[in-house]
Amino acid sequence: MIVDRSYQAVTGRMSEIIEKAMGVDYKKYESGSIAFDYERMMNDTGYTLEDVIRIQQGVNVGNTPVFELHNLTKLARMCAKPGKGARIFIKDEASNPAGSFKERRAATSVYHAKRMGYKGVIAATSGNYGAAVASQAAMQGLKCIIVQECYDSKGVGQPEIVEKARKCEALGAEVLQLSVGPELFYETLMMLEDTGYFNASLYSAFGVSGVETLGWELGHQFLEKYGKHPDVVVCANAGGGNLTGTARGLIKANCPAKVVAASVDLSGLSMASDQQFNRKSFTTAHTGFGVPYATDPDHSDVPRSAARPLRYMDRYVTVKQGEVFYITEALANLEGMEKGPAGNTSLAAAFSLAQEMDEDQIIVAQETEYTGAGKHLQPQLSFARRNGIELLLGDPADEIPGTNIIFPSRPELLRAQDADLDHMKYSLIRRQIRGVETLTDSDIEYLAQEVRASRAYVLKAIEEIKGAVK
Amino acid sequence: MAKKNDWVRIHRNVLTADQRTGKLPEDTKQVPFEMWVKGHLMNDAAEIGDKVTVTTIVGREEHGTLIEVNPCYTLNYGEFVPEILTIDKQLRAKLFGGN
Repeated sequence: MIVDRSYQAVTGRMSEIIEKAMGVDYKKYESGSIAFDYERMMNDTGYTLEDVIRIQQGVNVGNTPVFELHNLTKLARMCAKPGKGARIFIKDEASNPAGSFKERRAATSVYHAKRMGYKGVIAATSGNYGAAVASQAAMQGLKCIIVQECYDSKGVGQPEIVEKARKCEALGAEVLQLSVGPELFYETLMMLEDTGYFNASLYSAFGVSGVETLGWELGHQFLEKYGKHPDVVVCANAGGGNLTGTARGLIKANCPAKVVAASVDLSGLSMASDQQFNRKSFTTAHTGFGVPYATDPDHSDVPRSAARPLRYMDRYVTVKQGEVFYITEALANLEGMEKGPAGNTSLAAAFSLAQEMDEDQIIVAQETEYTGAGKHLQPQLSFARRNGIELLLGDPADEIPGTNIIFPSRPELLRAQDADLDHMKYSLIRRQIRGVETLTDSDIEYLAQEVRASRAYVLKAIEEIKGAVK
Repeated sequence: MAKKNDWVRIHRNVLTADQRTGKLPEDTKQVPFEMWVKGHLMNDAAEIGDKVTVTTIVGREEHGTLIEVNPCYTLNYGEFVPEILTIDKQLRAKLFGGN
């Protein structure tokens, strides 16, 4: 039988390819209307939180330390009003085997793939997740293919992504590198179809439930070590799985901490643009992923994404590229810890947010990531300068993504900016109700859960959206 | 010149510019969708620029143009960016004093 490998034919076979590559029939969670049964999908992995903890412990993942950053806290207090400046902590996720929290997501997926009898795993990712899946596949004896968007049309690779490819190969994976464009998904579907490997999607319930252990650990570590819960947990936000998993874990640990999303502000840059691809210095944890995935979680590589961050976030802030580089340098120079810049997105936000909080409160940036050639501020900044991006000291509020990078000329100028959460909630609702004539009662309830608001909020939003359309 | 089983890198255009999907920025629409992968050369011998077939590390067959033999990692820390030192000095002075 000749298989049609045209773009239209392959993407047309998506649901059967995904079902075969994951063993999940997503149709059973659908209501036929807008609503789908999110909790049932999350519970259907067949693994309880205790199971996930056991699986991760078996492959040396998780149980990472939390560190108090005394000097950064001191610096924040020097910038804050008297009595303000919460204690700042990080959770050192870089101490996972492949150097990031992403291994929590990979461990459960690869374990499940092996148990189901798949010979290998495939993941579409340009980020740390690739190394995480490659590491887990190495440990659990499966083959691994990582599909990454890496080069612009001149063949110039983003240093961070080139480093990720090297690491994946070092861990025994095949790395299929692609030029800029959403057709990465088409290529991934072909790979899944050709190999019969498991789709270790970042957005599966297996992946996202793996991050619950991170929140669970935070909920216990602080109580045990400091006798109290953290007040705020800051999660870098891109596809939403980090925040979703962490928040779910915090809830399961009965930890009342507020959950804040943080993304690097890349507004104005198109993520699918060939010419703009190498004008950004962050390849993840930025608004180019964070905002669209929050407002439209299901445009991922599975029919229904397990990463639904608007269900869990209390607040969403953005930080500038120059601010994250600055805090990366501060972490090295004031705390003696050299970590990857992208992993410090939440720390940059935490440094600013701590200044709004009282001195006896606790704020945690819940990750760090490994660093190395390519994945370090020095090569990122050098690459930016070569691409004509201006590097300046000044007020980061003036930074224009793709044009300049502005480091704060004083630490006081590092200021996380609030993103408009209501706007995002409305955007999600608008998208979901598009083309739907009648909404059922369970649709309203579902939308209320999706945006973490009351039914009255949803009804008012719908009225305003429909009014605006008329 | 590469010989059978050499570790090589190949390149292929997966989609030509006119085969690409509709929802793309104008600049991306103008260029092909490209792919790079590494593997063991299956041809008996080949020169850079030849159309070849390889077996990847997981055992998949791929075809494309031979672009590199024993492909190397060229990533590094780039040219030094001196602005970083200004930040470092300022932070240390602020916290630990100037001298």
